[in-house]
Amino acid sequence: MSHQEAIGRNAHKIDPNNIPAEPARATAEGKHKHLGIWIFLGSETVLFASLFGTYIALKNSTAGGPTTQELYGLELVFLMTLLLLTSSLTSVYAIYHMKNNNFKKMQLWMGITGLLGLAFLGCEIYEFAHYITDYGFTFRSSAFGSAFYALVGFHGGHVIFGLSWLIVLMARNAKRGLDTYNAPKYNTFALYWHFIDVVWVFIFTVVYLMGMVG
Amino acid sequence: MSTTTQKRSLGTVIWDYMTTVDHKKVGVLYLLFGGIFFLMAGLQALIIRTQLMTPENDFVSAGLYNELITMHGTNMLFLAAMPLFFGLMNYVMPLQIGARDLAFPFLNGLGVWLFIFGGLLMNSSWFFGGAPDAGWTNYAPLSVQSPGHGINFYVLGLQLAGAGTIMTGINFIATIVLMRGPGMTYMRMPLFTWTTLVTSILILFAFPAFTIALFLMQFDRMFDSAFFDIALGGNSVIWQHLFWIMGHPEVYILVLPAFGIFSEVIPTFSKKRLFGYTAMVFATFLIAFLGFMVWAHHMFTVGLGPVANALFAIGTMAIAVPTGIKIFNWLLTMWGGSIKITTPMLYALGFIPSFTIGGMTGVMLGSTVADYQFHDTYFVVAHFHYVIIGGSVFGILAAVHYWWPLMFNRMLSEKLGKLEFWLFFSGFHLTFFIQHFLGLMGMPRRYWVFLENQELDLGNLISTLGSYLMGLAVIVLLINVVTSYFKGPAPRDPWDGRSLEWSVPNPTPYYNFKYTPLTRGLDPLWIEKMEGDGKIKPAEPLHDIHMPHGSILPFLISLGFTIASFGFIYQLDGPHGRILIYIGMAFAIGCMIVRSLKDDYGYNIPKEELEKEDD
Repeated sequence: MSHQEAIGRNAHKIDPNNIPAEPARATAEGKHKHLGIWIFLGSETVLFASLFGTYIALKNSTAGGPTTQELYGLELVFLMTLLLLTSSLTSVYAIYHMKNNNFKKMQLWMGITGLLGLAFLGCEIYEFAHYITDYGFTFRSSAFGSAFYALVGFHGGHVIFGLSWLIVLMARNAKRGLDTYNAPKYNTFALYWHFIDVVWVFIFTVVYLMGMVG
Repeated sequence: MSTTTQKRSLGTVIWDYMTTVDHKKVGVLYLLFGGIFFLMAGLQALIIRTQLMTPENDFVSAGLYNELITMHGTNMLFLAAMPLFFGLMNYVMPLQIGARDLAFPFLNGLGVWLFIFGGLLMNSSWFFGGAPDAGWTNYAPLSVQSPGHGINFYVLGLQLAGAGTIMTGINFIATIVLMRGPGMTYMRMPLFTWTTLVTSILILFAFPAFTIALFLMQFDRMFDSAFFDIALGGNSVIWQHLFWIMGHPEVYILVLPAFGIFSEVIPTFSKKRLFGYTAMVFATFLIAFLGFMVWAHHMFTVGLGPVANALFAIGTMAIAVPTGIKIFNWLLTMWGGSIKITTPMLYALGFIPSFTIGGMTGVMLGSTVADYQFHDTYFVVAHFHYVIIGGSVFGILAAVHYWWPLMFNRMLSEKLGKLEFWLFFSGFHLTFFIQHFLGLMGMPRRYWVFLENQELDLGNLISTLGSYLMGLAVIVLLINVVTSYFKGPAPRDPWDGRSLEWSVPNPTPYYNFKYTPLTRGLDPLWIEKMEGDGKIKPAEPLHDIHMPHGSILPFLISLGFTIASFGFIYQLDGPHGRILIYIGMAFAIGCMIVRSLKDDYGYNIPKEELEKEDD
């Protein structure tokens, strides 16, 4: 319980000869955060489920504008899927190094995760710009347009939030190093990032693959 | 701390509450602002009833009437009833499980300030050109086409308050799962803690659907998207689905905590343990589970088809079974008990028949074919007021009287309390019972006038007079609250309670429990009273107690988002709106970054200091 924890930074130092099996859950606060982020992701699931439901209901309401088959191209989406899935893997590497108390390698892999996420975001912006300039397909052109940009854009917004989170996290701890106070912060980020990845798998399937077949 | 009460200036107290992360003070904030919104929504109800006192009355205009019914409903459900329950849960639940705070104290502060600012934002619409006027259900396309900014205030105000609600729900779940004291197994938790857990699970899965519904509404109204625009292929039924996917579980979010309260009050004043504890727990889960399966019974007349209607009708009627289990368990708890009639117990006794009437009309409404007759009449109005007032409000009032000595260290007068109950109880039935018949005679809801000599005159007059009695009851409660302040401190454990919250000294120390309490069974305090010396045993020797630091950041983050919300509301009117969005967002995000960059390790209360305190 909390009373056994001493206070301050020194109390959170990790002894290199006696690394806790789960540095992210070594403190009471770490345990709380670990459960808390899982519960939060449960509510995020309903958030995206509502957007998926809206999208499925409206995906054929094109109002004379471009349809899903005319718009989507699987090459770019394949690249985006590759980027985001890989970024999930690299975040696993980062957490692996956290458990070995190797702060430098953890930061490195978290950095790679961020770069992959950034590349994904670049592709998404390119995709949206392509739809808008070449097809005149916007948020306002049809109910399908609104639903598409709302669902995929909400996911993109989550990626932006995740990247900002990661940047602040890496910057704040660059000098501090790893201890049991900030390990839970990396842990919650990694779980959030996996969730973003899982949502993309569903977007890939429900929006793009199902969109190709009509 | 507990013996010497220091005189503090008003400024210090306000600053203390603005920066607090203590679950007890956050609970008091929820109660205070929930109470203010409750009074406002109550006044709006009295104006509505005054307008309907006589046929073709012109006390208020048609437009104002629409604003009043919208604000009455929205305030009551989202900003009064739910926060009042949140206040009680915040204060009592950690004490009931032997915890020293919630799992995320900072998040708790953020949740309460988001609720307060969201509520103030929505209610400020009266001063900015008119309140929302599309009903609390805010159906599209009416709401999309409503002119002015009213609906925008509804959307952004509820978005802020809803975000706070989800955060607090997460907080409650994590607390109950992780922070139960030694010996407090799941099946020893008081029923109020159980219903807090189940209610939080409902919030967790219901509110995000509303978040999305509000976003879609915001996009349609402010960014010209086409979700509900039929001309561009949109579909306004999507709003109804998303709204009721939240809206129906919301009904259970409001009534399950009341069930929990009555499950505390009835055993305490019957001097018996709760009959069928296990069945009560499972019935709670069953109600919550079924509550998610029945949202479309609000949409029987939309035209979803006979199969969907039949399935949702069966699901709806099935909820009567676990609810019936609960009703019988309460009755059997009282059976053979030595019943003491106090104000909380009176509310519990009044609740059982009142809520059962509401449940019965609910089964009637659940019958699809009959619903075509009842839909949008005063029969529906009567039904949901029987469950919300007869269930939730009776529960809140019972809890306020029951836990007042714990929360504010004062006893409310029993004399005034009983007067309040009888005024409220008779006023409530006078107002709403007759409305069943008005509805069956064809009086539609949400109309601002009715015509003379259609046999509706007398019924409406009776209904209005009844509502004044309820108003009187609330005034009696306020007098009771004010006069109680001048009485001396309340005794410890005044009701001869059964659960852990009654074992702490009065006023509750800011660290709650000096010793981590040991729970030896269901109703732990009662066990110690019967088998021990009436004192809870310490689970371990005295230790330093780790406490979180207070922070002004939750207040500032909420303020930033509120400024940005004003920007969103006015962004179509010119550049000043967009400037407000940028300022508000930058401020809120800046505060979040400050929170992230600063290390906050909390502090310890040394053992030596604790030894000086009373037990």
